[in-house]
Amino acid sequence: MPLELEVFPFHYSQVNKIIRENLKKGEREFILRGVNGHRYLLAGVSADIKVTIYGTPGLDLGAFMRGPVIRVFGNVQDGAGNTMDEGKIVIHGMAGDVVGYAMRGGKIHIYGDVGYRVGIHMKAYMEKIPVLIIGGKAGDFLGEYMAGGVIILLGMHTLYPERPIAGLFLGTGMHGGVIYIRGKIKESQLGLGLKPYPLDGSDEKLLEGYLKEYCEDFGLELSEVLKEDFIKIIPYTHRPYGKLYAY
Amino acid sequence: MATPQWSKFFPDFYIERLWDKCIKCRRCVSECSYEAHIWDSKKKTLLEDHSKCVGCHRCEAFCPTKALIIKRHPSDFREHALWTPWFIKNIYKQADQGGVLLTSTGCALPYKNYFDHLVLDACQVTNPPIDPLREPMELRTYIGPKPESLEIEEVNGKFRLKKKLPPLIRVEAPILFAAMSYGAISLHVHQGLARAARDLGILYNTGEGGLHASLYEYGPNTIVQCASGRFGLHVDYLNAGVAIEIKIGQGAKPGIGGHLPGEKVTEEISKTRMIPVGSDALSPAPHHDIYSIEDLRGLIFALKEATEYKKLVFVKIAAVHNVAAIASGIVRAGADAVVIDGLKGGTGAAPTMFRDNIGIPIELAISAVDKRLRAEGIRHRTSIIASGGIRCSADVVKAIALGADAVYIGTAALIAVGCTMCQRCFTGKCPWGIATNNPELMKRLPPEVAYEKIYNLVKGWTHEIKEMLGAMGINSIESLKGNRDKLRAVGLTKEEMEILEVKHAGE
Ligand code: SF4
Ligand code: SF4
Repeated sequence: MPLELEVFPFHYSQVNKIIRENLKKGEREFILRGVNGHRYLLAGVSADIKVTIYGTPGLDLGAFMRGPVIRVFGNVQDGAGNTMDEGKIVIHGMAGDVVGYAMRGGKIHIYGDVGYRVGIHMKAYMEKIPVLIIGGKAGDFLGEYMAGGVIILLGMHTLYPERPIAGLFLGTGMHGGVIYIRGKIKESQLGLGLKPYPLDGSDEKLLEGYLKEYCEDFGLELSEVLKEDFIKIIPYTHRPYGKLYAY
Repeated sequence: MATPQWSKFFPDFYIERLWDKCIKCRRCVSECSYEAHIWDSKKKTLLEDHSKCVGCHRCEAFCPTKALIIKRHPSDFREHALWTPWFIKNIYKQADQGGVLLTSTGCALPYKNYFDHLVLDACQVTNPPIDPLREPMELRTYIGPKPESLEIEEVNGKFRLKKKLPPLIRVEAPILFAAMSYGAISLHVHQGLARAARDLGILYNTGEGGLHASLYEYGPNTIVQCASGRFGLHVDYLNAGVAIEIKIGQGAKPGIGGHLPGEKVTEEISKTRMIPVGSDALSPAPHHDIYSIEDLRGLIFALKEATEYKKLVFVKIAAVHNVAAIASGIVRAGADAVVIDGLKGGTGAAPTMFRDNIGIPIELAISAVDKRLRAEGIRHRTSIIASGGIRCSADVVKAIALGADAVYIGTAALIAVGCTMCQRCFTGKCPWGIATNNPELMKRLPPEVAYEKIYNLVKGWTHEIKEMLGAMGINSIESLKGNRDKLRAVGLTKEEMEILEVKHAGE
């Protein structure tokens, strides 16, 4: 039986405490209702649990977490998945700024738009490859300093049909990982030295795998998502600062 | 024709070989990681490439017959007060390579060193000094926020605190080891620091390179760092130590991030940093989740929440112009300790212009921050940890009298393990086995040696501090904190004295 909690009267700290206490007792499934700006939910929790959230979680949802699978029915504020390690966050809405900052593993699936500075400095190591999929559009600095992992930007479910799919400085300082974009992007929107490339066979396989799971999460048709061509952005060098110095 | 390289023409150092002593054992060849000593196998003799020598004195120290002398290259440029060889040679390097000048350690320019213009007090006649050998002398320091007031209740005839105190970190001396990442320095030095910290009852700091698996056992004496690159940062790491330090800036390079070049990311380093072997480890200039004091508060509490409020959170900044106001914001953001790293703070690698020209001296920064926090009535809510150019125990005493709770030492600890200040740590070829992860070079400094030297240094300093306190007639370091009456200025201006809140000698 999942533990159901009406969190509206509680401070975030109390909510996390209740979750941790019940975790110790062996509870593996939680349903949080009435979430309204509660910060740091599940921050630093290291356990394979399922959490369903109704409402709007506040800053740093799932920061540093390792393992939980969080499904949010609502939008989330800034910093979701900050430096997260493993697990998954599925957001049936929009997300704010700095989603997935320095994330090193796990997945974040967002149905709608995201704000600025999303996916900055994501990194991969060995079998850990973080994946961030955005169903809507993104603001400036998407994937800045990216060192590893995968960002997929679909631009499909957006509140801002008039805006370009991403803002400026996409992938600035990128030195690892890959960003896939559904549709086109102007070169002037990209960070210095970056170029869009067409996908090759291995990209398509990877992309399909990631998108299949994404579509299952939101009940979408994969064929619909794949209707349009994707491009990819990869670093032009793995050593952007290799030749910067005089000794 | 290849373009001439001006910088190679005029070496900094001169390798003098005393041929009457040299036995051609070739020890110098194997000791020099810069290949400045060359064995000519045809002529069966030794040659020198002076241009490669960085002046680390390793060969000189290990030459069995003492046949080597490393000196400044005697070849001079015509004297000019403005265009000294330093500037000429830097221009040559940049004209040759067209890059940013890189260097190591702390600020090398002779800005006024305020510690050297402050003298300490001692008791004479009217109040007796205390002999630390006879009476207990307390250096124990508690790091972290202190309550505004204490409420005491009586239960069954016994007095006790009504409310539990917030967690504090107890250290047996106000000297901690500054953040130096595994990657910048060798694992052996980290092991030495960790062990010394444990045996001395103090703390060492992992720096931003993650924590090697072998060091988790030193948790109670560990500060883990959270820098913008977030390397090797995961739940176990956050929970490993007693405090988490958010690194915003560093005295040697305020306003820029860090960069561990791919060459230094070896197999072991890659495991700890959790990045692929050979890839550059870039720490962006800002944390991109912190653009304001409110954001900083966001991260402080994210870390506290993630570690269930069991860890203290420190925030480290470089001492810059507005350091007092920034520190005030940091305290209000909830930092349990503010770490201020001054102009002279060291580094494994920094652009020379940054190292030498940005930031303010730590002495002024400590005083300004302490004064500001007192004026705002929030001094008790945080500890001030000062670093950057602490060279001896008298510097520690002066820093504390100016308002610090404790100091960090970095360079001093490295000198204790044999560093000769050649200022070339960024090459990763440290011939003394300190700032390197080359397995062969690392062997030159085994962890036991590192431990012993560091332990001895701090033991010596703590003894000296006790004696200085005793001479002043105080028996606990707590009574020295911010006690500027124990300081007098020699040769400082009115303005400087105002900032430091000290009187001039004779006053
Ligand atoms: S770099 Fe060091 S070891 Fe090499 S010649 Fe110079 S002083 Fe000797
Ligand atoms: S640590 Fe090594 S490379 Fe760095 S200054 Fe000291 S001796 Fe030179």
